[in-house]
Amino acid sequence: MTASLTSDILPAGPDGVLVRFALRPDPVAMTAAQVLARGLQDHPPAGVVEIAPGLVSVLLRFDPARTDRARLAARLGPQASAIAADPPPQPAPLRRWTIPAVFGGQHGPQLAEVARMAGIDEQQAIQTICGSDLNVLTIGFAPGQPYIGLLPQAWDIPRMSELNPRVPAGAVVVAVRQIVMFSAESATGWRQVAQSAFRNFDPDRNTPMPLLAGDAIRYTPVTADRLRELAAAPDGLGGATLEVLA
Amino acid sequence: MTTLRIDRADGILTVQDMGREGYLGQGLSRGGAMDRLALIEAAALLDLPAPLAGIEMAGAGGLFSVTAPTRVALTGAAMLATLDDAPLRWQASHLILPGQKLRIGAVQSGVYGYLTPAGGIDTPPMLGSRAAHLSAGLGAFLTAGDTLPCAPDPDPDAPPRVIEVAGRFNGGTLRVADGPQTGLFDDDVLQAFYDTPFTRAPRGNRQGIQLDAKPRFTSDHAAGLASDMIGPGDLQMTGDGLPYVLMAECQTMGGYPRIGQIIPADLPRMAQAAPGAMLRFQRLTQDQADALWRSDADLLHEAAARCHNLIRDPSTIADLLSYQLVGGVTAGRELEECRCRSI
Repeated sequence: MTASLTSDILPAGPDGVLVRFALRPDPVAMTAAQVLARGLQDHPPAGVVEIAPGLVSVLLRFDPARTDRARLAARLGPQASAIAADPPPQPAPLRRWTIPAVFGGQHGPQLAEVARMAGIDEQQAIQTICGSDLNVLTIGFAPGQPYIGLLPQAWDIPRMSELNPRVPAGAVVVAVRQIVMFSAESATGWRQVAQSAFRNFDPDRNTPMPLLAGDAIRYTPVTADRLRELAAAPDGLGGATLEVLA
Repeated sequence: MTTLRIDRADGILTVQDMGREGYLGQGLSRGGAMDRLALIEAAALLDLPAPLAGIEMAGAGGLFSVTAPTRVALTGAAMLATLDDAPLRWQASHLILPGQKLRIGAVQSGVYGYLTPAGGIDTPPMLGSRAAHLSAGLGAFLTAGDTLPCAPDPDPDAPPRVIEVAGRFNGGTLRVADGPQTGLFDDDVLQAFYDTPFTRAPRGNRQGIQLDAKPRFTSDHAAGLASDMIGPGDLQMTGDGLPYVLMAECQTMGGYPRIGQIIPADLPRMAQAAPGAMLRFQRLTQDQADALWRSDADLLHEAAARCHNLIRDPSTIADLLSYQLVGGVTAGRELEECRCRSI
C-alpha cells in the first residue's frame, strides 16, 4: 500500500526552497526525496548554490541575485509532482560501503533487547542487519552522520523514553527501522546494537565526510580484537571498504 | 606577518568569520559569527573588500597585544576598551603598536563583541573557513597564551575611523517569514505567537537561544514528524511549546516543528539580545521578507557609507605623549591626518 505523497514547494528563508514529499518519515517519501535529489544534483537548476537532501525533502539554496523562488518553483514543480504521482523505486546505489562492526556484548549492550522487540534472537538480529539492503537515507544532525535504512517492518522500534546517557563515536544504534552511526560521543534515545571504528567526520582527512546520501551500506560482523586492529588504520575508516558500483 | 597574542581571556573567545557554505547536505551547518553584521562593519571600518576572520568575544574580552603595527576594528556589542589605559571608542578602528596593551572588558549591552585585525586572522582554513565550530569539533576556545597569525595590515597608516551603528543590542522587534512548517500551526496559535512579548532566557549559546513567555505554542502535528532541514533563525517549538531560536552553529536537521524564520537582517539583533531582553515578533509576507534580503557585498557597501574618520581633540588623548615616544611611528600623525581629511 503506497501512501499518497505531496510535492509541496515551500519557502525556506530568503535564499531557500524546500521540496517536501511527506510530513512523516514514510519510506516512499524517502525514496522520492532521494530520486529528486539525485536528479537535481545531476542537473542543478540555474542559480542554485546548494542541494541538501533531507529524509523526506530536499532543500535548495539559491543566489537571489541569479534566480528567485517563482522561477525555481516553476522549474521544480513538474519534476516533483511527477515523482509524487508515480513514486519511483529506490534508485540503484552508485557506491557501496562495507563497514566492520562488533555486535552485542559491551559493544552492543542493547542488542538482546532490540532482538526481543523485533521478535527474533540475537543471532537473527545480526543476520538481519548485515543481510539487509541498506542505504544512507540522509546525512545530518552532526557532520557526516548517516541515517541508514530501512530495516524490516518488525524493527519499527520506538525511541527510548529514558536517554542512553553515553554512546561512543562509531556506535551503531537503532530505532524506527533506521540505523544511526554516531560521529561523536553522544547521549541518545536510540538503542546501541554494535560498535564500528568508522569515523564519519575528520576535518584533516582528504574526504572529511566520506558517506553520501544514497550510498549502499553493508555491515559485516568482526571480533572485538579485529575491530581494535582496524581502529588503528590512519584513515579513520575502521577497515571499511568502498566499492564503486556501475 | 603579525601575531595577535591573547595575554588573558576573560570572555568566551573564538575565531569567527562568515562561516563555511556548501556542507548542509553533509551535516555541517554554516557556523561563523553570531553577529555577521559586526564582521561586515569591521570590514567597512578597515576599508577591506570583504569581511575577514576576527575574534568573537562573548560577555567580555581580555588582554591583547600585537607584534607589528596593525589597525584593529572593535565592533558588535560595545565593551569597555582601553589601549595602555587610554579609553578606546567602540564601533571604531584603532592603530595598535607592539608593546601596547589592548584591554577589552565587560560587555555594556548586547552579548558578542568583535576584535578584527586589519589583515584578518590567518589561521589555516578548515573546510574553507577559519571559524571555530565547536559542536562539530572544529577549532577551540581561545585561552591565555594563544597566539594567532594575522596577515599584515594593508594600510597601517590609514586614520582611525568610526561607524554609525543603529542599536541592535537591547532586544526589540524581530521580523519573521513563514517557513516550511508554519502551516502546521493553527491560526490562533500563530496569532497568539505574534501578540506575545518574549524574554530572552538565560539558556543560549552559539547553537541556539531559548525564549521565555507565559503562553505555550504547540502544533498538533508535532508527534511523528519526520526530521527536516533546519537553519539559523528558525523558531523551533520544543516539546514544552516555547521557542528555541536556532543560531549560527545549529544542527542541520531537527524534528521539532518551526513556526517561522527570523529574517537574516534581524538575526544580529537576536544574537545580541542578552538574557532578560524583551523581544517581539512581526510576521512578514514572503514578498516583504524577500525584499529585505541583502547580499554580504551590499551590506558592506551600506556599512562603508556609515563610516567616517575619527576626529579627536588632542587634549582628550591621555596617552598622547606615549604615542610620540614609540619610535616616532605615529607621532601624532593620526591627528594630522584626521584634520587634513576633515577639512
